[in-house]
Amino acid sequence: MTEQIGRQSLTFCEAPFILQNASVAGSKEGEGPLGTLFDLVEPDDTFGEEKWEMAESQLQKQAVKILLSKSGLSPEQIRYLFAGDLLGQTIATSFGLMDYQIPLFGLYGACATCGEALSLAAMTVAAGYADLAAAVTSSHFASAEKQFRFPLEYANQRPMSATWTVTGSGAFLVCSPACFREKAKHISDQESFPVAITGITTGKIVDYGIKDAMNMGAAMAPAAADCIFHHLKDFGRKPKDYDYIVTGDLGLVGQEILIELLRQRGIEIEEQHRDCGIDIFDSKVQNTGAGGSGCGCSAVTLSACYLPKLRQGKLKRILFVPTGALLSKISFNEGQSVPGIAHGLVLESVA
Amino acid sequence: MEYVKAFVVGGIICALVQILLEKTRMLPGRVMVLLVCAGTLLGALQIYQPFVEFAGAGASVPLLGFGNVLWQGMEEAIQKEGVLGLFKGGFTASSAGICAALIFGYLGSLFFRSKMRK
Repeated sequence: MTEQIGRQSLTFCEAPFILQNASVAGSKEGEGPLGTLFDLVEPDDTFGEEKWEMAESQLQKQAVKILLSKSGLSPEQIRYLFAGDLLGQTIATSFGLMDYQIPLFGLYGACATCGEALSLAAMTVAAGYADLAAAVTSSHFASAEKQFRFPLEYANQRPMSATWTVTGSGAFLVCSPACFREKAKHISDQESFPVAITGITTGKIVDYGIKDAMNMGAAMAPAAADCIFHHLKDFGRKPKDYDYIVTGDLGLVGQEILIELLRQRGIEIEEQHRDCGIDIFDSKVQNTGAGGSGCGCSAVTLSACYLPKLRQGKLKRILFVPTGALLSKISFNEGQSVPGIAHGLVLESVA
Repeated sequence: MEYVKAFVVGGIICALVQILLEKTRMLPGRVMVLLVCAGTLLGALQIYQPFVEFAGAGASVPLLGFGNVLWQGMEEAIQKEGVLGLFKGGFTASSAGICAALIFGYLGSLFFRSKMRK
């Protein structure tokens, strides 16, 4: 049974497990600090396709292929797929995953899609509506530029404050405890500690009126602060109850703002805070400005960096809070501000 | 000597615009519109054409120069054809430049493929 707690959280009494996870990344990510940790680094960012959108579809397809192979499962065994991406009408997801013929819920949460997908997969499994559900998301630098800014052919200048959309896809298998006990025996690389999603806090849209497309961190930090604040309140916890509080792509500027916003509400997270956008690139060497962004950023960083640490017992409990900016090219050009959203998940290594 | 003048003047204009881009958060599209309008205004004020004669390509190649060309074309056409010149003149004067941009852009897209940014 699950319990509704506070305004926007769930705590799972029979917590679902993350049975397996996979990450696929592009060349720049492969050259970054996490480069050796991804399941697959594809040096050809076209992934053998004619168009960037098709390349992103391939990215997702590959991520799911590796996920299935690592877990020894076939698509028929997965009841639901929760997936999304940054492109209009989420075409990367639709075209990328249709061949697997798994019942699909297509999602849009901007760069917080990983959190949204994992939350929904966890809810579905915990409620007994599936034994196995997958959560997949992706982003691709070139397709995102075309979607939100300009096609590469335009050769525009990018200011150093802009973030660098990660080319990557993360795929996760969420399963019920019963299913986990059965399947875990067959997984060869399962380290000592299984990882469970013990609770979630679903974010609300928060808009502080930021209209600067070059400062996404400032646009999303309020939403992350709101989610973290309500999470701690709903669960009756303090920041020190977590090894890390990991946001998706706030970058260095957003990080400062987040810590300050929470400080104003009496919560100090400076010690625990990490950010996937800061983790994934070495901004000094790789010229990536304010840091990584995109759905793929939080997804591949969770899969390649934080989940293994939880499995190895190096981390006991983290709060994973991917963040998203809910703008479109049209809303921005028509003068609207950039609202943000963030979704929190409690990931724990279980003895 | 004219090469030096063109290089220095063109360079200064570009440097000023780069500073504008970096110091303000103005979007590139808005900067371009600003330049074209400024060029048209300076042309109408009889300032820009003498400047072009001084600096050659350094003044005519940047977008300010394009704004000036629009004005020169309009002024000539208004003198010849009255009000109709207001609508025709700009396009007539800039036709070579616009057509060249279209054709070479298209040819470029036929022969080259975009690559990921590094």
